[in-house]
Amino acid sequence: MPKMHTPAMEKIERKNAKRKKAYKSTPGREAWKRFKRNPTALIGLVVVCILILIAVFANFIAPFHFAEQDYSAMMQKPSAAHLFGTDQFGRDIFSRIIYGTRYSLVIALFCTIAALFSGGVLGIIAGYFGGKVDTIIMRVMDVFQSIPMIMMAMCIVAVLGNGIPQLVAAIMFASMPTMARNNRAAILRVRGSDYIESSEAIGVGQVRMILKHMIPNAVGVMIIFFVGFLAVSIMMMSAMSYIGVGLAAPTPEWGLILNDGKVYLTSAPYMMLFPSMMIMITCFAFNLMGDGLRDAFDPRLK
Amino acid sequence: MGSNTKNLLEIKNLKKYFQTPRGELHAVDNLSMNIEKGKTIGVVGESGCGKSTLGKTLMRLHTPTSGEVLYNGVDIASMPIKEFKKNYRSNIQMIFQDPYASLDPRMSVLQLIEEPIMVNNKGMSKADVTARAKDMMDLVGLAKRLESVYPHELDGGRRQRIGIARALSLNPEFIVCDEPVSALDVSIQAQILNLLQDLQKERGLTYMFITHDMSVVKHISDDIAVMYLGQLIEKCPANEIFKDTIHPYSQALLSAIPIPSVHVKQERMILKGELTSPIDPKACCRFAARCPYATEKCHAEEPVLREMRPGHQVACHYAEKFLK
Repeated sequence: MPKMHTPAMEKIERKNAKRKKAYKSTPGREAWKRFKRNPTALIGLVVVCILILIAVFANFIAPFHFAEQDYSAMMQKPSAAHLFGTDQFGRDIFSRIIYGTRYSLVIALFCTIAALFSGGVLGIIAGYFGGKVDTIIMRVMDVFQSIPMIMMAMCIVAVLGNGIPQLVAAIMFASMPTMARNNRAAILRVRGSDYIESSEAIGVGQVRMILKHMIPNAVGVMIIFFVGFLAVSIMMMSAMSYIGVGLAAPTPEWGLILNDGKVYLTSAPYMMLFPSMMIMITCFAFNLMGDGLRDAFDPRLK
Repeated sequence: MGSNTKNLLEIKNLKKYFQTPRGELHAVDNLSMNIEKGKTIGVVGESGCGKSTLGKTLMRLHTPTSGEVLYNGVDIASMPIKEFKKNYRSNIQMIFQDPYASLDPRMSVLQLIEEPIMVNNKGMSKADVTARAKDMMDLVGLAKRLESVYPHELDGGRRQRIGIARALSLNPEFIVCDEPVSALDVSIQAQILNLLQDLQKERGLTYMFITHDMSVVKHISDDIAVMYLGQLIEKCPANEIFKDTIHPYSQALLSAIPIPSVHVKQERMILKGELTSPIDPKACCRFAARCPYATEKCHAEEPVLREMRPGHQVACHYAEKFLK
């Protein structure tokens, strides 16, 4: 019998031949499939990837060093030589923003990881054990939450001085309660499921239960919070630097660049325009990505 | 009654109460029954009558409020949970109702079956665990090619086979089957029931088969226990209940089985009223509110379980009246 040949069939055959292993459907792959179909989430992902590249290759992209001062070109408007203009010391704002990406992303990542390991772990413990343990942990978190974030940051900076570790600590303490609450909710949702009971029935111990059953099943939700927190951390960091309790000059942190520009808002609005746009774009991208992840991991939530 | 040595499980005055904001919920109330080794006891009753709670209490997934459960003469209800887990966990196993929800969606079939073996045999080499898990897959009729597949890709019957393999992999003597077929298609129900019966013959298993489906219970049980609001109201050999049921509630339950024939005109006994609340129940016959034969005595006094025929126990003040 002659073999039928249509372009579509050939395409499928070629695709099958390329695959070494048969396609296996795992929950993670299903989630990625759904994520790929979501255009806004993809835009978020692409922007985040670009930002990461900018952060990694900042010294190649930026035409000047972030602290390089040029007194012959102070307070210049955006031009070909200085894309985003220069500030009152003649520093190139474009270069400062490019280097700032590095600080913003890395510090935000540290803050979020710190919050995850403090608040997240506490939340998981509270959710799993319930009862008194839950009450004690969550009430302590409530106390933390009742102190305004800026106040806490100011106290930490007042005691320990300006610096990256202090900033991370301040943001960590501020975001710990929310992180704990979210992770607790994620664990509670898994805890009630039948497969936890059935695993208990076959004799699975507590540690294995948390590590092998609860966290893998809650990890989708946890990733979403994680990405969301990256955006929140960037905002907090910029806010703190802006009011002067974050990083110290001349670090090219976005909040600090804003702080430099606020005096010249009427005469040189571009000094504030570009860093704030950068903050906005970054947070927006992380939020888009987070929303996409939420839809991908839990299509029922839509 | 046979000698006590034949009993694998003796439940004595078992109680499981839950504290709720509205009062004490009597899920299992003063329940006593014996389960003979190698037999299947079917536990029937409508939703919310405490069937599943009974099963889970025997498994120690719930801690009983009071009462004894003698397993080969040892009380497993009151022993510390650690000791139970160490010595009895693998003897008593459970097959869960919903095979869609009771398997971790992030584990493959082989991983799911390896888990109980691995957890209960610390120090066993990975290769041995895998080999035994593969044997179990063979035993319950799961094809080799399904090893790396995830549960969401399988139909209900195959998933329930995974559940059965998980329970059996610990070599239990007693298995609580908590409505194992109610979530399955009728054609697959028969497959699973036959598998359970074959395994029972091969391994001498004892089953407690919890269900609300009377035709399923008829197919599989040796004895039948009827529960109503946490209490045992009738227990008798399976063939007897379909001929000579005594308790009015059991009669109503049986008349609810549809007969697939247009020639038979069924007389159904339809119960009026709602299930009375299991929260802080009054000390009276709990069925009295819905019973068509209820008298003042039924509303005032709690009936005890009495033996009306050899092996046939009933809790009703007027059992003699209904005895044929």
